[in-house]
Amino acid sequence: MSQIELKNIDVTFKQKGRTVQAVKDVSLSVEKGEIFGIVGLSGAGKSTLVRTINYLQAPSNGQVVVDGTDLTRANAKTIAKVRRKIGFIFQNFNLINNRTLAQNLAFALTAGGYPEKQQPARITELLDLVGLADRQDNYPSQLSGGQKQRVGIARALANDPDILLCDEATSALDVETAEEIIEILKGINQRLNITIVFITHQLEVARSLFDRVAVMENGQLVEQSSTYDLFAAPQSDMGQRLVSRFLDTTLPAKVQAQVTQTDGQLLALRYRGSDSLNPIITKIAKETGIDINIIQGRVEFIQERAIGVLVVYLTGTAVAISRAVQVFKQRVDYVKEVTTHE
Amino acid sequence: MNETITILQQNLGTALWDTAKMVFISGFIGIIFGTLIGLFLYYFSNPLFSPRPVLNSICGFIINAIRSLPFLILMVVLIPFAKLVAGDPYTPLGGAVSLSVAAIPFFARLAEGAFAEIDAGVVEAARSTGAGFFLIFQEVLFPEALPALIRGVVLTLISLLGYSAMVGTIGAGGIGDLAIQYGYNRYNTGVLISVIVILIVIVQIVQWCGDRLAEHYTRS
Ligand SMILES: Nc1ncnc2c1ncn2[C@@H]1O[C@H](COP(=O)(O)OP(=O)(O)O)[C@@H](O)[C@H]1O
Ligand SMILES: [Mg+2]
Repeated sequence: MSQIELKNIDVTFKQKGRTVQAVKDVSLSVEKGEIFGIVGLSGAGKSTLVRTINYLQAPSNGQVVVDGTDLTRANAKTIAKVRRKIGFIFQNFNLINNRTLAQNLAFALTAGGYPEKQQPARITELLDLVGLADRQDNYPSQLSGGQKQRVGIARALANDPDILLCDEATSALDVETAEEIIEILKGINQRLNITIVFITHQLEVARSLFDRVAVMENGQLVEQSSTYDLFAAPQSDMGQRLVSRFLDTTLPAKVQAQVTQTDGQLLALRYRGSDSLNPIITKIAKETGIDINIIQGRVEFIQERAIGVLVVYLTGTAVAISRAVQVFKQRVDYVKEVTTHE
Repeated sequence: MNETITILQQNLGTALWDTAKMVFISGFIGIIFGTLIGLFLYYFSNPLFSPRPVLNSICGFIINAIRSLPFLILMVVLIPFAKLVAGDPYTPLGGAVSLSVAAIPFFARLAEGAFAEIDAGVVEAARSTGAGFFLIFQEVLFPEALPALIRGVVLTLISLLGYSAMVGTIGAGGIGDLAIQYGYNRYNTGVLISVIVILIVIVQIVQWCGDRLAEHYTRS
């Protein structure tokens, strides 16, 4: 049994006669100890979906099962009990502004039924874990964004959760601080074997953190795969759009202009592994009698495995080019014909 | 001049004390019940807790109904009620009855606003810990709303001070009554001006203390 199972989840908002279907028929399962990510543009329904997992958002249809408990059939008391084992980390940290860090953590501990006498020791331990042991009596406004998020992490971990939900937990931070937070989360996942569900619009996070990833568009899950496979060969339109933008295979205007002067075909290629594609390219060029120019080529590492990212330009007769494209599609993981005339 | 001083010496102490009784009793009742009702309105309108639109509208309607009455009319209408509660409606205690009835919905709206203004994300985070409503009130809603609540208390006390003068004129006494009795009816401008100065000073002090207190409890 998976730790989190969402089955055919719909979430519909009704507001002043207008209905918004924020989540449409989403099913997914997350295994114990994995880091599962959901990516998508803003407004795709990610926040709404992740909130159904701890039932901050009740689905209009479908089933939410966490550690075997069906939340859709549970009473308020059971839901509160399940929530205590699910930490939540927010984009905007959401700390109690008028309370010190120690008081913020004490609140979470009390909510989780932690004995009051042992709270001070636990608070020190938690702040120590995120490197803020000396800031107990500070108020959130005295901290930087990264420090606030570390307190957010400490609060989420207060009651030894089995699951951490992160809603854009790094999106309000600068790149370096975001990396710091990602490293902390990775450490937590490895040391404490806590399952993490992380939603974000930043593929950078997906690349460095996720084991598996789902792509969300207009309330639906349009793709689900290992992170490596998403980057190597995205299947859905949205997946391709997000990955292409992230890997930045768009060409500088000058190159584009040069390329469009002649009649040819621009191809974006991706393939798994770090072997050179040169032999294949040479072979295809020979077989079909066309010229192939490598315009861009580099190797990206996703989860410590290589992905070759290439842009090539084919020139020759129309028939030969379309044959060559066919051959590329057979031999390379991901081939996208890039249209330059627009 | 001498007359003014004599009048003030004989009456000012009692008048201030009567006003204080009216304002503090009704302020206390208004703040306690107003906070409870404000919290009730917040609880039944917030999707994170237990939205009950119908209940919320009914409660809101009653509050608006009371608030839409001019205080003068509310006061007259409530004379029998004040008699029932305080025995004699023409005493500071009797005056405090109608003032309380006005203060409760007044503060309820201010309190509801103070709670509604709290960052929804902070409340959501609190909710996600599995905390119950009482704990969230004590540890999140109250501290986060406290500065706004303090400002609401100041506003309420100052309004009550003004209304207490009106209650005073129908016989409940107090500093407003003093000003009308001697300053207006007996043309003693000295008393009138003294009362005005005293009122201004009181309002300034209350406002100043409230602002300091609100600032003290704002940590962001
Ligand atoms: N409480 C709500 N009431 C009405 N509409 C909402 C509410 N929450 C979200 N939505 C709508 O649902 C859609 C998905 O929002 P959200 O889940 O926040 O997306 P994401 O997190 O991917 O940016 C949006 O169109 C948003 O306007
Ligand atoms: Mg979101």
